[in-house]
Amino acid sequence: MNRLATLICLAAFISVPLWLTDPYLLNALITTGIFIIGAMSLNLLLGFTGQLSLGHIAFFGIGAYVSALTSLGFDVPIFGDFHIVHVPWPPIAGFVLAIVIAGFCGYLVGRLSFRVRGAYFVIVTISFAEVVRLVALNWVELTQGPLALTNIPSISIGLPGLGYLVLKTKLQNYYLVLAVAALSYLLISRLVHSHYGRAMRGLMENETLAVAVGIDVTKTLTLAAVISAGIAGAAGSLYAHYIRIIDPDVFAFISTVTMVIMVVSGGKGSLAGPVIGGVIFGLLPVFLRPIMPPEAQWITYGGVLIAILFVLPRGIVPTLAPLLGLSRKQGDTAAKAAPLAVEERA
Amino acid sequence: MDQLLQHLVNTLVLGGTYALLGIGLTLIFGIMNVVNFTHGVLYTFGAYMMFIVVHQLGVNFFLALPIAIVAGWLLGAAIEILLLRPLRGSDIDTTMLVMIGAWIAMQSGALWIWGGVAKSVNNPFPDAPLVLGPVSVSWLRLFVLAAAALLIVIAYLLINRTKLGKAMRATFQDHDTAALMGVNVSWIYTSTFAIGSSLAAAAGALLGPVYVIFPQMGDLAAVKAFAIVILGGLGNITGAVIGGFILALAEELGAGYVSSGYRDAMGFLIIIAVLIFKPTGLFARAERVG
Repeated sequence: MNRLATLICLAAFISVPLWLTDPYLLNALITTGIFIIGAMSLNLLLGFTGQLSLGHIAFFGIGAYVSALTSLGFDVPIFGDFHIVHVPWPPIAGFVLAIVIAGFCGYLVGRLSFRVRGAYFVIVTISFAEVVRLVALNWVELTQGPLALTNIPSISIGLPGLGYLVLKTKLQNYYLVLAVAALSYLLISRLVHSHYGRAMRGLMENETLAVAVGIDVTKTLTLAAVISAGIAGAAGSLYAHYIRIIDPDVFAFISTVTMVIMVVSGGKGSLAGPVIGGVIFGLLPVFLRPIMPPEAQWITYGGVLIAILFVLPRGIVPTLAPLLGLSRKQGDTAAKAAPLAVEERA
Repeated sequence: MDQLLQHLVNTLVLGGTYALLGIGLTLIFGIMNVVNFTHGVLYTFGAYMMFIVVHQLGVNFFLALPIAIVAGWLLGAAIEILLLRPLRGSDIDTTMLVMIGAWIAMQSGALWIWGGVAKSVNNPFPDAPLVLGPVSVSWLRLFVLAAAALLIVIAYLLINRTKLGKAMRATFQDHDTAALMGVNVSWIYTSTFAIGSSLAAAAGALLGPVYVIFPQMGDLAAVKAFAIVILGGLGNITGAVIGGFILALAEELGAGYVSSGYRDAMGFLIIIAVLIFKPTGLFARAERVG
């Protein structure tokens, strides 16, 4: 999508609270926005390196728990009388730590799981997310287990000379989520248009050829995994400080599926794809809720996923963008992928 | 020591049904290259079929079992024809996501039809367990073990001794050559999916009466089936049987000696460990079915 269209979209998102004041819809937009950030980070792996990670919610959940525990403090016995005690830090420190620790987990998981490909990679990532969920459920001293972490403070920003601004209202949280989403979009956009981004796409299209021209597979994939996990961790942190209560259900597999649906329906490998897919699928429950019971909503959800894969296998954005004359960048990337071998050698 | 013996007996009972689940999935995964996320739903479906046939239709328990298996076979064939046949030649990610969509829709359908309250299936066996020295095992569990063993033998003979089985093995090795030799590959895929699904339904129909049945019961079963398939190696039926018993043993010992909260983590830890250290499975004859 070209720069003008991106700016128009950004302006449209900024203007939303001016004409939409219904708190229920605003709440739906905020949670949707948080999941769109997660979906964008998943798209970096799925759309640009071709690795389908179905454990992505692990990094989101790790970010949520790290951020919540940093700002709540904890007192955990390790061996007998030996305790690890942590006094509460400001939530913004939690936000930063969430990114760092989720990114580090992305590094570890990447190093281990990129040894396998295809279906095996998918199953390793699912297993990782489930193990993390079971730890969150069973390590009650740290996470409170199923009793949930409650009273998580809202994010506050220190302003020099003015004290602290606590982001409590929905309006403030909307702009916070929008700002983080815009930054993530920019970061991913810069990355995929860089040298590393071309290496990633080269790997996706033909791994053997990419290796032959000297692309370091593990390094490239791990870099994508670290950045992807870090952004997912940031989304998890926003979620924890906005909802203000988290339990092990934050690791539910269905949340990963939601992100995958957002990416695949919008168009994997397209920067705008997760945003468009995310807005549609994030807000779909809002419109389905009044007309059908929850079970039927999920049946519709599964049905729509199947329908999209049958009808629009490439996703909405890559199918519609050429029709709207917005495909300049798409053509560019295709052109860039072709002379990959020459560029990488240079 | 007595406790260990009891764990080993439990392992045998659990392992038999796990092996059934694993065989079904390894056939589908190995022959069709489809990561079948509906496997757990078929397991749930088998258990609910037992409930419906025994309680709502009033049919004998022993007759209900084959009915549940045939119902699983039919549902599996329907899924294959409706969802997978149009996607022949698609990449593995696409079919995997379609299977995820089908899983969500079908599980929510089960929740809608039967509600979220757990149900139990009555069985005709005496309540008093069979006590042999230090170990005790209920008659129902013994029956489950015997039925699972019988089904494993039937599946083995089907793959290794019948014409259909020969065509399945040929398709696994090279589907283009199999097609050139006159094998109708499309129908082999449908048969494979239906047989795999009926084995999952059989596992659910056998374990349903042992535990309680509820719509999400298949989720963990599906993950366990993946763990078994990875342990045993892709498309390796003997491997799947051994993998089923290894997983059951790891769970029993993990629950007995570590913490029952981590019982279900064993499957995931096995998956991660095997894929990191020996990605072709423990029994590295990955290139065959049978």
